[in-house]
Amino acid sequence: MSVILNSGEISRALRRISHEILERNHGSENLVLLGIPTRGAYLSQRIAVAICEIEKTTLESGTLDITMYRDDLRLKTPRTLLPTTIPGGSIDGKDVVLIDDVFYSGRTIRAALDALNEMGRPKSVQLAVLIDRGHRELPIRADFVGKNIPTAKEESVRVHLSEIDSVDEVIIEGRSL
Amino acid sequence: MNSYRIKAASDSNGKVGDHFVSGGKFVKEGELANDAQVIDAKGLTILPGFVDLHTHLREPGKEDAETVLTGSMAAAAGGFTAISAMPNTLPVADTAGVVEQVYRLGKHHGICDVYPIGAVTVGQRGQVLAELSAMNQSEAGVRIFSDDGYCVYDPLVMRRALEYVKTFDGIIAQHAQDPRLTEDSQMNEGEVSARLGLKGWPAVAEEAVIARDVLLAEHVDSRLHICHVTTAGGVEIVRNAKRRGIMVTAEVTPHHLLLTDDLAESYNPVYKVNPPLRTRNDVQALREGLADGTIDIIATDHAPHPHESKDCEWDAAAFGMIGLETAFSISYQVMVETKLLTLAQLVDRLSKIPAQIGRYEDHGSIDEGMAANFTLADLGARWQVERSKLESKSRNTPFDGLDLPGVISKTFHNGVLVYERKSK
Amino acid sequence: MKHLLSINDLSKDEAIEILDTAAELARLAEGAVKKFPTLRGRTVVNLFFEDSTRTRISFEAAAKRLSADVINFAAKGSSLSKGESLKDTALTLQAMGADAVVIRHSASGAAHQLAKQEWMKGVVINAGDGTHEHPTQALLDAFTIRRHLKGSEGDLSGIKVGIVGDILHSRVARSNILLLKKLGAEVVLIAPPTLIPVGVSQWGVDVSYSLDDQIKSLEVIIVLRVQKERMNDLYFPTEREYARGYGLNSERMEGMKDKAIVMHPGPMNRGLEISADSADSARSVIVEQVANGVSVRMAVLYLLLGGATFKELSSSGENL
Repeated sequence: MSVILNSGEISRALRRISHEILERNHGSENLVLLGIPTRGAYLSQRIAVAICEIEKTTLESGTLDITMYRDDLRLKTPRTLLPTTIPGGSIDGKDVVLIDDVFYSGRTIRAALDALNEMGRPKSVQLAVLIDRGHRELPIRADFVGKNIPTAKEESVRVHLSEIDSVDEVIIEGRSL
Repeated sequence: MNSYRIKAASDSNGKVGDHFVSGGKFVKEGELANDAQVIDAKGLTILPGFVDLHTHLREPGKEDAETVLTGSMAAAAGGFTAISAMPNTLPVADTAGVVEQVYRLGKHHGICDVYPIGAVTVGQRGQVLAELSAMNQSEAGVRIFSDDGYCVYDPLVMRRALEYVKTFDGIIAQHAQDPRLTEDSQMNEGEVSARLGLKGWPAVAEEAVIARDVLLAEHVDSRLHICHVTTAGGVEIVRNAKRRGIMVTAEVTPHHLLLTDDLAESYNPVYKVNPPLRTRNDVQALREGLADGTIDIIATDHAPHPHESKDCEWDAAAFGMIGLETAFSISYQVMVETKLLTLAQLVDRLSKIPAQIGRYEDHGSIDEGMAANFTLADLGARWQVERSKLESKSRNTPFDGLDLPGVISKTFHNGVLVYERKSK
Repeated sequence: MKHLLSINDLSKDEAIEILDTAAELARLAEGAVKKFPTLRGRTVVNLFFEDSTRTRISFEAAAKRLSADVINFAAKGSSLSKGESLKDTALTLQAMGADAVVIRHSASGAAHQLAKQEWMKGVVINAGDGTHEHPTQALLDAFTIRRHLKGSEGDLSGIKVGIVGDILHSRVARSNILLLKKLGAEVVLIAPPTLIPVGVSQWGVDVSYSLDDQIKSLEVIIVLRVQKERMNDLYFPTEREYARGYGLNSERMEGMKDKAIVMHPGPMNRGLEISADSADSARSVIVEQVANGVSVRMAVLYLLLGGATFKELSSSGENL
């Protein structure tokens, strides 16, 4: 097990992503931030706070549960649903930024795009992730990346956030020495 | 005629000795032919053949479930040498013609004595007395009458029947079930029926009829037999009636001595039976009643049904269980292994006393001079019930898979070996 | 949980999980998400041996919102036509590859037998069997109660529920009693003694013969439908006498607690067990029960059918 991002590095990465989101979207006016539970939701909240500080405005963060849209439902016992909350109640015409902790096969994001599709018609959908570990199985890419970490498939990347894990860090497990 | 020297069998009191069979009877050693076949019965127990006053053989009319032949084979496999066949056949055994037909079929097959029970009322409809004397005077010599499956509910009809059979020392065997209190009933009424949503069959529906009938029997001074008592209250009524000197006898089935109503939780209709399985408290009272003589005998209420009658919804399923082949083992387990009865006492309740009630003079004893109706049992051995291997034509046993004590090894009817357990 | 045959199949946690899931699905439905791809490719058969348009439509809507294929199989009239019909139907459904069977039958235990007799392999959901149980109705009732009185969270502790009417013949009452007790509610059965089952003392609920004595202490009153044919079986003398003692009307409702609600599983006999003004009053959540039924049945279908079957589980191993 080794730590690849510590607390300071995580917060610097999120701050940079916040700036990049603002730059790309010319401000925060039309933004809807949607974190994918569990940890993506906390990252989304932190990014919302950073954007508010930078812009001196108010911006709520929402959540998007993708459980019902997963393509691996039949591989596991049913999962408990997690909350979905859309700030302002609608994504129609908005610039939606999906936020997740680890970007891997791309299947979670595909499910999220399906979920968004059921909810309305955003102007654009962008993706922000803290870690991109590679091994994509679908033609999906991230717009904002905290850190690219080349990994082997048998390794696992874990993001710990102080909101639920009592510490901020990103670790990698199963790496052969 | 076959002659046998049965060597070194224990009797029901544990006394070991030889028994001699010749000319269809138990004889003295000196009367035995020189070429008598020797049966080494060391380790086996010789018991008088069991007598079952309550079976359904389904012939004529429902031969897909059982026939006199297959029922007789099941009886022999269970150690029975005499069985009484209830009249709810098609047509109903309410005439001399039908009872003679059943009687002759039994004689023809010669595996055990089959004594038909005549219907009390025409068509078992409870309204008009059947020709009871004619059935008694027929070749079948019917003495026991019952509308089993239905209750003789009209008190006047019951009174007349009880009076009428006195002419020939007959007896009315009552299926005690108040029909109004049991309309569409499915199982014992109580906590389990309430939970399962199956229509309840209250104990009082049985007890009220027993109470009425013992009073009628007292009033007209006649013999009454209560079929399959199942409730603690019923036992108490019979106990009091006997104390008053009323001529009442009663039977209990092996399944009511062992099984309880909570088995219906599986909704498996193999546990659907009339009268229904009752509670643990009732089972205990039945065992005690059988032990103290309140309940005189064990009778199986062997009720075969074709597979499709049980492979369906509970409400739609037929009532009844088969029991001839498991009766002795179940009774032995619940009464002797629990020390409520000695082996000799149990055998009296399976053989001597039912023979007395039915006046079946060739059964109930292995004394010299008696017809050689007996069975050899291995009481130290156990066996597992496999419904596919039973002799009965039907498979509706609730005891499938049970491991039971007491293996019936051989059964003899009038000195002829009619059943021998295949060694495994 | 492989089937849903009885409330007894659920632990308290599982029951709450169904309610939580239903709550989330109900919330999503308000936010315009009406349909999920979750059960695409699964086949749900509505096997109804008894007429019940409401329950069938509710299950059908739930299955369709989860993108399941729905087959409606109405085996009318054949209910107790001498055995076998249930078994033969089950074998047919097995051959058709049904993943789940929602069964309504007039015989108590029919769902149980369908699941346990190995006639078919799919998931069995009991949509009402005889006078035994109707578990999804109890779940939607609990959902409705929790939504009104507990903010859609946790269990139902501290709530007193009165169930009024024909307890003896009610599958809704049986399932409700089991679930409400499981969730910590206090339950009192209110009916004339003829409509209370023998053996009720083992159920751990209070019994009262007087609605007026109880009504002021209740947070919830569930009014059961009176089957008119019961009258001929001597359970009560006349409709009028029943309504006088046990019918809910606005006069009786005056004494109710502030936030108390009125429920009925439907269909109602207005003027018999419930007066029209009671059924349409502000306390009545009867219409909402119907809407909640769809969410709860979606949750049940998702939790029973949305995941892997055992066979599928054993061949998995994919990463996400």
